[in-house]
Amino acid sequence: MGERGEKFEVIVVGAGPAGLSAAYLLAKAGVKVAVIERGDFPGSKNVMGGILYRQPTEEILPGFWRDAPLERHIVESQAWVLTEKAAFKAAHRHAAFGEEPYNAFSVQRARFDKWMGQKVREAGALVVPETVVESAIMDGEQVVGVQTGRPDGGLYADVVIAADGVNSLLAQSVGLREEIPADQVALAVKEIIALPREVIADRFQVTGDQGVTIELYADSTWGMVGSAFIYTNRDSLSVGCGALLSQLVERGVEPNDLLERLKAHPMVAPLLAGGETREYLAHLIPEGGLRGMPELSTHGMLVVGDAAMLGNSMHREGSNLAMISAKLAVETVLRAREAGDFSGRALSQYDRLMRESFIYKDLRKYRNMARFFESHPEFFALYPELLNEAAREMLTVDGKPKRRKQREIFWDAMRRRKPWTMARDFFGAWRSIA
Amino acid sequence: MQNQRWGEARPLAAALVFLIVVYAVMLNTVVCIKQVPDTTQVRIDPETNTLVREGIPAIINPFDLAAIAAGVRLKERYGGKCTMLSMGPPMAAEALQKALSFGADRAVLLSDRALVGSDTLATSAALAAAIRTMDGEEKVDVVLCGKQTIDGDTAQVGPGIATRLGFSQITYVGEIESVDAESRVLRARRILEGAEEVVEAPLPALLTVVKEIGEPRYASLPAVIEGLRASVPVWGIGDVGLSVEEVGLAGSPTQVRRVFAPPEREGGDIIAFDEGNPDRAANQLLDRLLADGVLEA
Repeated sequence: MGERGEKFEVIVVGAGPAGLSAAYLLAKAGVKVAVIERGDFPGSKNVMGGILYRQPTEEILPGFWRDAPLERHIVESQAWVLTEKAAFKAAHRHAAFGEEPYNAFSVQRARFDKWMGQKVREAGALVVPETVVESAIMDGEQVVGVQTGRPDGGLYADVVIAADGVNSLLAQSVGLREEIPADQVALAVKEIIALPREVIADRFQVTGDQGVTIELYADSTWGMVGSAFIYTNRDSLSVGCGALLSQLVERGVEPNDLLERLKAHPMVAPLLAGGETREYLAHLIPEGGLRGMPELSTHGMLVVGDAAMLGNSMHREGSNLAMISAKLAVETVLRAREAGDFSGRALSQYDRLMRESFIYKDLRKYRNMARFFESHPEFFALYPELLNEAAREMLTVDGKPKRRKQREIFWDAMRRRKPWTMARDFFGAWRSIA
Repeated sequence: MQNQRWGEARPLAAALVFLIVVYAVMLNTVVCIKQVPDTTQVRIDPETNTLVREGIPAIINPFDLAAIAAGVRLKERYGGKCTMLSMGPPMAAEALQKALSFGADRAVLLSDRALVGSDTLATSAALAAAIRTMDGEEKVDVVLCGKQTIDGDTAQVGPGIATRLGFSQITYVGEIESVDAESRVLRARRILEGAEEVVEAPLPALLTVVKEIGEPRYASLPAVIEGLRASVPVWGIGDVGLSVEEVGLAGSPTQVRRVFAPPEREGGDIIAFDEGNPDRAANQLLDRLLADGVLEA
C-alpha cells in the first residue's frame, strides 16, 4: 500500500456559503476540519444575485454585519411586471429596514466569501485552494475521504460534507444524485455595472448606504419561467436574469440575449445609463424545489446547499438555505462524533433535522410552483399585458366615461381568455404558492 | 552471501554518493518573488488615473513562477537549499506559502511599514540587504528573479540587487545549462529578441529569468498542505540592517506623476474582399497605402 493521505475529522468540499458555514462552525467546535476549494481563493468561483439576509447569516457569524464587506442595506423592495413597453410597479419601503441591525444586504459574493474564508481560517480550519475534488474514497459503502486532482491527492475523514455546488460531482459520484435535469435548473446571468454613488442615490432615491432591490417579471425573461433583478451595490448595480434551462434550450435563446434585451427595456435602460460593465457572471440555480432534492446523507457523507438542490425561487432564497443546511449538518456531525458513529444511520439525523426545518416546509409549500408556471405561460405574457393595458386605459384621459373603460377592459380580457379558464388559472396559481 | 555483503555496503555507498553529489556543488539559492494584482483584470480609473486594485485577485508574478521553478530545479540537480524571499504587505505571506508548496525549503517575508512607497531603487536596496543577511548565515550562490513584474514592468529590481551585492548578473535567462563545481562558474542561455546567447559567469550570480525556463510542477496535496501550515518568518528593516531613510518614500527618488491608460486604438478600415475579384481589393489596398504615404510610387 502506498502512503495514505492525512486524516481529518471532517472534510468540507467547496468554499461557498454552505461549505464555509459548515467549516466555520466545526472549527469553532474544535473539530479538525479541512475545506477544499477549486478556485484560487474562497469566493473566486462563487456567484449569487446579490442579496444576503442578516438573520440566517447571524446564525453562523453573529454580528457579521459590523465588519464584513457588505454593499448596502436594503430599505426598499420593488416588484415590476413588465410588458415590452410598460411596467406595472409595486414597492415597499419601511423606515425599520433602515435601522440596525438591518434585514438584508446587497453583497458581492466573491468579496464576502473571501472575508468569510479568512474567518474560517482564523477559527482553525485548513482551507486548501486551487484543488479539485474528483471523487469520494470508499471503504465498502462508507465514504472515508476524497480524491483530489493533485499528486498524492487522497485525503481522509470521518465525514465528508459535499458543498460543491449545484453540479455536485461528489454527490453524483456516490450515487446520491443524478445529473440535474434541465427543467430543474435555471441558468442565470448577471452583470456588475459600475455607476457613481451620487447617481445611484439619485436614481433610486436612497441616502448613505441604503439600497433597493427590484425584481422584474414577465417580459423580463421574454415570457419564459424565471425572473430578473436589479440590486444596488455601493458603487455599482447587479443586473441579471435567469430562466429555466430547458426553456432556454427549447427556444434557442442565449442567456446573454435575454440580459441585453432586459438592459434595453425602456423602463430599465434609464437606471443603467452611463454605467460601465465591470463583470459578467453566470450560474446555474436549483429550481427543482422539493422534487429536485436528493437524499441528503449516506454512510460518511452529508450534502448541503446548492449541492442538495436547495433553492426557493419564489423568495429568491438560496444562500440562506445553504447556510442553515450547513448548520444542521454540523449539528449532526457533532452528535455523530460524540457517539463515534458515522454510519448512514447516525448521519440520517440530518435528513430528519432538515425535514423539521423551515427549509423543507417552504420547499414543500412551493413544490408545484415551477411546474405550474411552466405549463401556464399566460402568466408571463397575457396576464401582464392585460394588467398593464388596464392600467393604461384607466390612466388615459380621453373623454371616455370611466365605466365604459372598465367595461372595455373587462370584455377585452374575456375575449382573450375564456372566463372559466382564467378562473382556473388563478385558482391554480394561488394553490401553487399558497 | 553476496547479497548480504552488498546489503551491508549499501548504506555506506549511498552515503558516499550523497556526499559526492552534495559536496560537489551544494547550491544555496534565493528566489525573489512578488505578489502582484492579476493585471489581466486590472483597470485604470479613467477619472482619477489610478489603478483600480479593489477586488482584483493577487497572484505570484508569472515571471517569478518561472524563477521558482528554476530554483527548485537547481536544488534538485545540485543539492543545497532553496529560499523564497518576498517584500510586501503581510498578505504576501500567502504567495510565499504557495511558493513553498512547489518545493522550496524555507520562505522569508520582508515586511515593514517603512517599506511602503519604495521605488525600484529602494526595493532593490531592501532585497539586497535581506539577501546579505542570509549570506551572513550561509553563503548565497545564486539569486533568481523573474525578468520583471507584470504590475511595474520595469525589470530594474533584479539587476539592482546584483549591482548592490556585487554578484555577476545574467538577464533574460531561458535555461541554466550547468553549474561547474570546481571553477564555480554558471553557464546560462539568454533569450533575446531574435537571438540567443550562451554566457558564463562566476558565482555568486543573480539571474533574471524568462518564462521559457519552465513552470513549477503541479504541487502534490501534502506539499500544498505543508505550505499552508508553514508560518513564514517576517523580517523588518531592522532585521536586515536598514534604516528608514534608505527605503520607502524617503529612499525613493522616483515619483509616479501620472498613470494613464493608452488611448484606445482607432478602428481601421476594412477593405471588402470580393471573392471573384481579388485584384480589385489588392488595388484598393495599394491605392490606400500610396495615398497615406506608407508606400512610395
